[in-house]
Amino acid sequence: MSEKNKFWKNARRVYRFLIVVCVLALISGIVIFYLNDADTAIDENGENQYTTFSDDDPDRIEKGIHVRTGLTDAPGLQETVNNCTSCHSAKLVIQNRMSAERWHATIRWMQETQNLWPLGDNEDIIVDYLTTNYPPKKKGRRETLADVQWYELK
Amino acid sequence: MQRRNFVQKATLASMTALLGTDIVFGASMPKYYLPLGLQDPDPFTMFDKDKEMVVLNDKPWNIEAQAHLLDDKITPNSAMFVRNNGLVPEELDATTWKLSFDGESAIQQKSYTLQELKSQFKVHTYQLTLECGGNGRSEFDPPAKGNQWTIGAVSCATWTGVRLRDVLEDVGLKPDAVYIGYHAVDRHLSQNPDKEPISRGAPMAKALQDETLLAFQMNGADIPAVHGYPLRLVVGGWPASVSGKWLNRISIRNIVHDGAKMGGDSYRVPCEPVAPGEEVKEEDMCIIESMPVKSLITYPKSGAMLKEGQSLNIRGHAWAGELEVAQMHYSIDFGATWKDCPIQKPINRLAWQHFSAKIDFPKKGYYEVWAKATDANGVSQPMVLPGWNPKGYLNNACHRIAVKMG
Repeated sequence: MSEKNKFWKNARRVYRFLIVVCVLALISGIVIFYLNDADTAIDENGENQYTTFSDDDPDRIEKGIHVRTGLTDAPGLQETVNNCTSCHSAKLVIQNRMSAERWHATIRWMQETQNLWPLGDNEDIIVDYLTTNYPPKKKGRRETLADVQWYELK
Repeated sequence: MQRRNFVQKATLASMTALLGTDIVFGASMPKYYLPLGLQDPDPFTMFDKDKEMVVLNDKPWNIEAQAHLLDDKITPNSAMFVRNNGLVPEELDATTWKLSFDGESAIQQKSYTLQELKSQFKVHTYQLTLECGGNGRSEFDPPAKGNQWTIGAVSCATWTGVRLRDVLEDVGLKPDAVYIGYHAVDRHLSQNPDKEPISRGAPMAKALQDETLLAFQMNGADIPAVHGYPLRLVVGGWPASVSGKWLNRISIRNIVHDGAKMGGDSYRVPCEPVAPGEEVKEEDMCIIESMPVKSLITYPKSGAMLKEGQSLNIRGHAWAGELEVAQMHYSIDFGATWKDCPIQKPINRLAWQHFSAKIDFPKKGYYEVWAKATDANGVSQPMVLPGWNPKGYLNNACHRIAVKMG
């Protein structure tokens, strides 16, 4: 028993050491690269482009919107982001408004023809998220012109 | 922008760290070697598009014009819609480019370099209307899935190339040839190299038309990368998906081509009309061929406010797929009365035609100017949505603009 314990203890030690080495290597790589390449990061206005970057958190939510994808923050967001935005843009999801039945059919189509993986329990979560947050809108045979931007024509 | 730079640097930095050495040529690594997600996210600069173009989708890129951007008689690149099914190919070298021909009904397999195509066959130039089959999809109820195009997925640029017919005849067609199918170098969204994002085609009769081009120039210059550089098909008057981009192979088929997006409900509509929302079996769907008659008021932009008594000059374009537009009308009273509007002859077959009119409004108030084109067979644009179909194709309902006077 103690032999086995010792082995695992050593293995963990080696493992931890390797993690530290990798992290250090990555950090030094980034530092080296920034130092080497500092001048190319100046844009035409002479401004430094990398002094601040507020967009670095892939899960950041602002005003109820998931910043990276533009999707509404609501139950099912994470499942939708993980399964629906790696092949195509979230813009394609947001502009499509369908019933649950048609979303399920669309998922089948993506699985049959577009290499979408099986979604398991996430399928219902995703479809609920979509139909709740992006419900179809009744448009009838022709809608009223909306959002007209008025301007004076000379 | 900043994030991209960071990600780009961090990616190279990780490579550097992993290799334990600096990537010597890292700084000069061409942009297109980076994964697509790291490419410049500003499509207006990247594709040289007007800032008022509307991005519907950024993976894959799908961008449409607004009506007033399409005012030019010949559509410039800046206003030309982008419709991609897959990822824009990264390395496009015209000097080594080859187009090969194969298929059950090809007498021989043969391939041509771009230079051979240009020198062995007569070069022709036509102005050709290309409209996405799904242009207008956003108006269907119940909604149809796909990019929600409004009105701007249409263009009419000048295309220069060789006739597909001339090249097909050089390859040699067996008498059982029924269809050509194209293949191209764009990649599938799933990055699976065995999958084609799109591989459509046309029946022989369309493939053999004078105006069906293997084009290598648009508006007198190399075709922009996003529009199919260095070689594409241009098949005017049919859904623009027939006009394959980045072409490297054409199969001459003895069956209706069965490539990606030829089957299912892609670019197909119910053979017989269905009620909105009705389920349609795959075998009851028919491939879209000619696009229907349609028109667009490109001047003025919707929302014009006029002084009392000021008259309004409108203009725009009309097209009718395989046919010519025979008549053009406009209405300022929601179709109660229609006024005749002169329509020019097309510069060549399958090019859009131009109309203009001077309108005087009877009194102050809110108006809509509706435009209605009629094709050579007497078929007009409907004022309401045409027949519903599962994928929302062929919406050719009248275009209208809002105007206020006084």
